[in-house]
Amino acid sequence: MKNLPKNIFSGFVVSLIALPLGLGLALASEAPPISGVIAAIAGGVMVAILGGSNVTIAGPGNGLVIVLLGAITTLGAGDFYQGYLYTLAAIILSGVLLLLLGFLKMGQLADFFPATAIQGMLAAIGLGILAKQFHVMIGNNDAGGSIMELLLKIPEGLWALFNEPNPESLFAAGIGFMSLIILMFYARVRNTIVQSVPAPMWILILTIALSYGYTAVQVAYPLGDLFLISLPDNIIDSWAMPDFGAWQKEEFLLAVIAITLIASIESLLSIKAIDKLDPLSRRSNVNKDLKALGLATIFSGILGGLNVVTVIARSSVNVNNGATNRSSNFFHALFLVLFILLFQAQLKRIPLAALAAILVYTGYKLATPDLFRRIAQVGKEQLVIFLATLLTTLLTNLITGIAFGILITFMIHIIINRNLGLFLNHLSKPNILVYQEADTGNYYVSIKHFCSFLNFYKLKNKLDAIPEHEEVVLDFSMCRFVDHTAMEGLEHYTGAFQKKGGHVEIIGLDIHEADSVHPFAIRKILPLAALKPIEKYFTKRQQGLETVALDYHWEYLPEHNEDIDYLQDFVFFRSKEISYSYNHLVGEAKHCKVLDIEFAEGKLIAKEVVKTSAMYLELEQELPVFTLDKEGLLQWLYGLAGFADIEISNHPDFNRRFYLLGENSEAIKALFADELVLFLESHPYYHIESNGKGLLIMKKDRILGVQEIKRMIYFGLQLRQFLFASEGDGIPKNT
Amino acid sequence: MSSLPRPFKKLLFGFAFSPTLEDNLHEATRLAYYFNATLILLHVGEKTKEKTNSLQKLLAKIEFSDVPITIRWEQGKPEHVILQNCSNLEVDLLILGAIQHENLYQFYVGTLARKLTRKVGCSVLLLIKPSVVRVRCQHIVVNGLDAPETPVAITDAFYMAYALGAQQITIVEEIRPEEVQVTVEDDQSLKKATRMKAELKSREDLRVSQILGEIPAILRTGVRVKMQSIFGKRGYSIGHYAEVVRADLLVMNAPHEPTIWDRIFPHDIEYILSDLPTDLLIVRKQF
Repeated sequence: MKNLPKNIFSGFVVSLIALPLGLGLALASEAPPISGVIAAIAGGVMVAILGGSNVTIAGPGNGLVIVLLGAITTLGAGDFYQGYLYTLAAIILSGVLLLLLGFLKMGQLADFFPATAIQGMLAAIGLGILAKQFHVMIGNNDAGGSIMELLLKIPEGLWALFNEPNPESLFAAGIGFMSLIILMFYARVRNTIVQSVPAPMWILILTIALSYGYTAVQVAYPLGDLFLISLPDNIIDSWAMPDFGAWQKEEFLLAVIAITLIASIESLLSIKAIDKLDPLSRRSNVNKDLKALGLATIFSGILGGLNVVTVIARSSVNVNNGATNRSSNFFHALFLVLFILLFQAQLKRIPLAALAAILVYTGYKLATPDLFRRIAQVGKEQLVIFLATLLTTLLTNLITGIAFGILITFMIHIIINRNLGLFLNHLSKPNILVYQEADTGNYYVSIKHFCSFLNFYKLKNKLDAIPEHEEVVLDFSMCRFVDHTAMEGLEHYTGAFQKKGGHVEIIGLDIHEADSVHPFAIRKILPLAALKPIEKYFTKRQQGLETVALDYHWEYLPEHNEDIDYLQDFVFFRSKEISYSYNHLVGEAKHCKVLDIEFAEGKLIAKEVVKTSAMYLELEQELPVFTLDKEGLLQWLYGLAGFADIEISNHPDFNRRFYLLGENSEAIKALFADELVLFLESHPYYHIESNGKGLLIMKKDRILGVQEIKRMIYFGLQLRQFLFASEGDGIPKNT
Repeated sequence: MSSLPRPFKKLLFGFAFSPTLEDNLHEATRLAYYFNATLILLHVGEKTKEKTNSLQKLLAKIEFSDVPITIRWEQGKPEHVILQNCSNLEVDLLILGAIQHENLYQFYVGTLARKLTRKVGCSVLLLIKPSVVRVRCQHIVVNGLDAPETPVAITDAFYMAYALGAQQITIVEEIRPEEVQVTVEDDQSLKKATRMKAELKSREDLRVSQILGEIPAILRTGVRVKMQSIFGKRGYSIGHYAEVVRADLLVMNAPHEPTIWDRIFPHDIEYILSDLPTDLLIVRKQF
């Protein structure tokens, strides 16, 4: 309750954007302008009451413009109003489908689409909006044709504007360009009064004021009714009745499917993105939200409005203005009702060109050159997927476009791996193992085979079931291929866990090959021979290690190194064949080293390749050779000749918990005096080995995460200090 | 003191003259030696001079020469002959060499080993990494499913550990995700599901500790026992777990007679058989 004023305020600010956008998006779809506002009101009310998200705003979405425009044009066969009535019926049916998706718990639907293909589709939608509205913005309301044709006609339109001047068009174009300039430079104006009203609302206010200015000086306003928006005088009388007459037409069914598909994708992506912004870090119930959106769409359709989706831009404005719960969505609807009722006369003075400018800007933001550059940075193959989806969508339609995007993504994955079987054989298998490690309580997640958009939902389901304050280790070492969609999706979890005090660490990707330096680039496991460039393409873990090195003023050497003789005489490695070490942290004049080691156990068929992280400390004085182990790491040692289990007197608890082995039991007993035993008992367990000249410290028989590495370094340095700090006369303490 | 159970007194190894025969023979005799059991070598096919010779040559190299070995040569359909012999000779354990990663084609058609696994009346040991030199078995993973066969499987796992000198047994309780009757959709349902999982876990731990109480003390000494509950697809997650912890032997309950439906929608043991992570012992209850 005490947050109510905040939510009323943010609802008000959002309504200032929702009004021009609602009118504009409806116009861009060739529907009556009021239908966009009806959708926003229906969405605001229904989703606020029944929704499962917290700070999202629902209303007409820009992703839908192209689908709705297509439906209205084809179903109406030239008669836009009749097409609109048929489309209303399609909208109602798509609302029913959305409701159904919610009940079937299909909130994961958006996860099945490759991230880049979706971006390609959105860019195509952006270009589609821009192509049509650019003509309206320069005062040409009648331009028609496909998206490509419209885009190509832009230079021609500009030429015509200045060479065959028409006063009305020129005036409209002037307003259009001015509006565009306002939108482009709004963010740079550092003035609190200017910034207190969103840019689209400024355009409305200024253009309405302009027309009143003309009236005041008693000069005829240069724009006729054709260049201004038309609103019904009486909303009740002009209520548009949905027409189900076209239900058996193929185009109608396709429209229902397309609307449902795009509406659910846009909503689900927006909800996911807004959850990241939620100041209270809540998790939205997407299925509940889908149901609410479905119901809102049904109501909106019945009332003559467009369909309702969760919209990202308005939602983020909502969060930025201090919204804390769903009531702001409701207030945004309420203010819209007030605007329509109180300012009807003023709204009718809005020039189409001004709204078109807002839409041109919206469309441009979906397909900026920067977006192309960012995608190219992830990898060349992503650019191919993006452009293929974009062009197919522009040349055909959205459904074909996204289908082609999925197909080409899959083809590229097959080509990159030169392996179709990898995907076909393992697609239906559960490939994720999750368990809580008994000693630390960490969640350990192992992913097998491959992880791409095809099966990322499986990993997602498992991760969703882990409380975000926990520590999670994601091990990809048994996974041969990870795609961009999965990497980007995991980034979302890393953020979500971090916000709630948990931690997600990805391990086992350091030896995967990447095509670019981008953190979300595709990664594929690579053979040893090709391992050279690992230092070029750092994973997050490697970047983390680099930071750790900086903290300690150590050196970080990621390259693989086959000079590992100093490790070979540790008992642990006696029966093992070390292939190489990599990801070294080297410090204190090379006396301290932390490294990842790959080694093989057994021979030939029985050979198993294992990777582990270890710390190596070079000793200044000799220590007896010993091995201290709890369990797991060194079970097979008991059979080794000459090694006896050494019992330390007076410490039955220590003897029970640890297995201390070595040849020279007298010297070892002398070393393990009370204080060292106490030190070891009171610290987390590590496997510790001495080969006389050096100490080897290990935690687990897998690669450790950055946090775990830090803890190991801390422990190792403390242990060394404890062993040698005392008198400084070269004799280990307590001997 | 409780008496030492001996579940495997008579072993049968069905062999073909394949490149892995030598490795498999070493493994089979080694097992018979450790189990103090008799070993029957069964070849389905014609008995020829060359075959006998090459087998004798291989047997001469075996390190455990005092293991009682009988060699049988029989003709017929391999599957049928092996099944007949297993039941007629009252074999306790059938040993077979298996292919580690089956491809899709084999998965749906089924290799001999897989067919036998389903139809045979005794326990089956599938070897994926036979070796001439002994590779010590260190870590055994056994299922702790809530099923009547589980106590036998766990006892046999302890017996294997005792006989082979393994030091660690992990009992994996696979809890089906459906048992957590909450779908995680938001923060509240997540909390509820987490609490429910903790309850299920302690319930399972309690059940398994009761089974552990029944294990003869002689088998339990010197073995570290760990319990690990996993929420995941039955049969699959235990295989994945065994692979992650690099277990040497996986012990599972025998599946019930499968239908074609099970082949199309694989479940339980089907996953493990299609992607064998380790040597696999399938325990069939016999009393």
